[in-house]
Amino acid sequence: MYLNAACTISPQITFDVDRLADALVRASGDRINAIEPDYTGWIDPRAIRRMSRVIRMGYASALSALKAAGVQVPDAIITGTAYGCLDDTGIFLSKMIEQNEEALNPTPFIQSTHNTIGSQVALFLKAYGYNQTYVHRAFSFENSLTDALMLTQEHPDYNVLVGGVDEMTDVSYTLLKRLGAARHTTLGEGAFYGVVTGRPQHHSVAQIVNVATRFKPRNATEVETWVKDFLQQNDLSPSHIDLVLHGGHVPALLQTSASHNFKALCGEYPTATGFATWLAFTIMKRGAIPEALAPAAGLSGPPKTILIYNAYFGTHHSLILLRTCQGSVL
Amino acid sequence: MYVTGLGVISAIGNSAGETLRSFEQGRSGVGAITRLQSVHRGVLPVAEVKAGNEELCHELGAKPHISRTALLGMKAALEALQQSDVDVRKWRTGLISGTTVGGMDKTEDFFATFLRDPSKGRLREVVNHECGMSTELIAEKLGIKDFLSTINTACSSSVNAIILGTRLIRHGHLDVVVAGGTDALTRFTINGFNSLMILDREPSRPFDASRAGLNLGEGAGFVVIVSEKVLKQTGVKPLALVKGFANTNDSFHQTASSPEGRGSFAAMQHALDVAGVPVTAIDYINLHGTGTQNNDSSEGTAIQRLFGARVPRLSSTKAFTGHTLGASGGIEAVFSVMAIQQGCVFPNLRFHTRIPELDFTPQTEFETGLPIRHVLSNSFGFGGNCSSIIFAAPDVP
Repeated sequence: MYLNAACTISPQITFDVDRLADALVRASGDRINAIEPDYTGWIDPRAIRRMSRVIRMGYASALSALKAAGVQVPDAIITGTAYGCLDDTGIFLSKMIEQNEEALNPTPFIQSTHNTIGSQVALFLKAYGYNQTYVHRAFSFENSLTDALMLTQEHPDYNVLVGGVDEMTDVSYTLLKRLGAARHTTLGEGAFYGVVTGRPQHHSVAQIVNVATRFKPRNATEVETWVKDFLQQNDLSPSHIDLVLHGGHVPALLQTSASHNFKALCGEYPTATGFATWLAFTIMKRGAIPEALAPAAGLSGPPKTILIYNAYFGTHHSLILLRTCQGSVL
Repeated sequence: MYVTGLGVISAIGNSAGETLRSFEQGRSGVGAITRLQSVHRGVLPVAEVKAGNEELCHELGAKPHISRTALLGMKAALEALQQSDVDVRKWRTGLISGTTVGGMDKTEDFFATFLRDPSKGRLREVVNHECGMSTELIAEKLGIKDFLSTINTACSSSVNAIILGTRLIRHGHLDVVVAGGTDALTRFTINGFNSLMILDREPSRPFDASRAGLNLGEGAGFVVIVSEKVLKQTGVKPLALVKGFANTNDSFHQTASSPEGRGSFAAMQHALDVAGVPVTAIDYINLHGTGTQNNDSSEGTAIQRLFGARVPRLSSTKAFTGHTLGASGGIEAVFSVMAIQQGCVFPNLRFHTRIPELDFTPQTEFETGLPIRHVLSNSFGFGGNCSSIIFAAPDVP
C-alpha cells in the first residue's frame, strides 16, 4: 500500500513539518515527553478543553495527515495503542477509590477505553466506515498496518487513516520505572497517523511493502533467520536495504547497511515504530537523511529502501519495509 | 472460513455443554455480587462466572496472581482448541483476543495501595495490566506464537477479533486462528457503568417496554477458524462457516447510539452484502440487546428498517449472561454456532411487553427442531463501534 501523508507529535519538533528539525531535543534523564504544538487552527478551543492529552495529540496528528493527503473523511480508521487513555483511566480509578465508589463523574470512564482515540476522530469527522483499535503491546501499530494492508487490497479505493499512539503520564512513568523498564532506556511517547491507499496517488511518497512480527524469539539465530526469510519473501537481500531504522539493536545480517537509532529521538514506547514510519516517510520525501542526524556511514544517495526494525525489550520484534515510490525522488 | 471449535465460559456455564443446558432450562446467571469487594454488593445484580480464581488456576495450572480476564480466556480458548482437534505446531496459527478490562481486576486492587504511597503496592498485580498481556498468557497456555493480536473496540471487541481472524486466513497469512474475547467483572467497570446510570437494579429485561438498563456480566468465548486446506488435510468436521461480517461506525455520540440505528443498520446490511444473502436468509438474530433504553430501541429500529415485515426469530441472550462487554461478541458467536448445530433458538428471558415503537417481539421460548441455516449476531459498543457477523450452516453453498 502507498503512504501518502504522515504526521507525528513527538518529543522532537515534528508536527506539521516535513522533516526533522535541525535542533534535536535530547532527553535529560530516563524520560522524554512529547512536544505538543499550538492546536490553534486545528482543533476548536472548546473541543480541546474536553479532550485529554492523548486524544488531542492523536486527533491533531490525524487532521494534519488527512489535510496533507487531501482527504476530508477517511473510509477507515485503524489505530494502535497499547496503553490507551492512561490519564482518564488513572483519574477514574483515583476518584473511585477516594470517593468510595460514590457520586462518580462518568466522563473519565467514558474516555478511558482504548478505542476513544479512534472513535473521537470518527465522531468529529463523521466517518462511518471501518473503525478498529489494536491494543497488543508493541505489536499494536504493526497490527494496524497489517490490517490496513489487507483492507487496501479488499478496497483499493479506500483512503485509510492508520496510526499508533501512546502517552506517558507521571503514574505510568513511575510504574514503568518500578517495573525496570527505564533501566537501559529512555521512556518516551507520541502520536502518529498516516494516510494509505491501495493504489499509488500522484503525491504518494512511500510504499509500505510488508510488515512482520515475531514474538519472543528464542535466540539471535532465530532473529537472523526470520529477518533473512522476510527479505527473501520480498525478493530482497540485506544489500538492498539502504537504511535501517532501529531501536538500539541491529541484527548481524543488517549491519552492512547504513542505520540510525530512531528511539534516540522519540524514546521507548509500544508504538514508537509509528515515529520511525514518519521518519522514513520524511527521509524518502526529501530524498535525504536530515542534517540533524549524522550522515549515516556508507549511505550514498537518497535511500530507496528503508527497513524499520524494532526489538521491544527483546520480546516483541517487528519489521516494516518501505520503498520509495517511482518518480517521487527529486 | 470454517468454524471447527467452540469454547465458552459465562454466568450460565463453565463450558459449551453446561451453557446449552442452562438455555434449555431457562436458567439465568444473574444474581448478587459475591466475589468483588464493592459498596454495590447487595444493590446491583451482576452475572458472575460460577468459578473462583483459585479453582480456575488449579484447573488450568496457572500462577495464582494472574488476572481473572486471562483465566477465563484460557478456559474458553482451550475448550475451543480441544474441540477443533488442530495441532497448532503444524500450522501457521494465530490468537486474537478482544478485551476491554485486561488485568484491571488486579490493577484496581494495586492502585488503592499505590495512591497512598507510589513506592508501595505489589508489582505482580500490575505487571499484567495491559490488554495484550492477557492475550499473551492465553497464547502461552495454548502454545500459539505465530501471530498475536488484541483488540479493544469496547463491546464489539471480540467479534472484531473473529472478523480479523477470518480475513487473515482469507488473505493467506494464517491457516488456523483462535479468535474471540474475554472480560472479567471489576469495580472499575461496575462503577463506570453505574456512573452512566445505565445499570438496572433488577435483573435486566432486554427488548421489553419497561427495560431499565443492563446487568454487567463476565466471561470468555472463543472459536477456532481454519482454512479449506486445514479442513481437508485434518478431516475435522466443520461446525459452521463465517459467511459475512462488517465493522462500521455510528459516529453519533461517544456512548449513545443514533435513534435510527444508523451504524447498526449499516453493519447488518454490509454483513449481508459480504455474505451474499438476502435478509430473508437469516433464520435467527442474536441481538446485542443490552436492556438499555437507547440500545434496544436503536437496534430494534435498525432491524425493523432492514427486515421490514420479515423479522426472523430473535432474542437477546444477555438476560441469561449479562453484558460481558469485550467478551460479548465472542460468547454470542459461540451461541450463534450452537444455534446452527442444535437447530435451536434461545429465549429472551423476562420479556413481557413489546417496545411500543417496534412491530416485533423477541423469542420467549427455547425452541428446537428448527432449520437454522444463517445466524446474524450483533455487537455494538461505545465509540460508535458497530459490528455484525453472519454464521452459516457448514453445508450452505
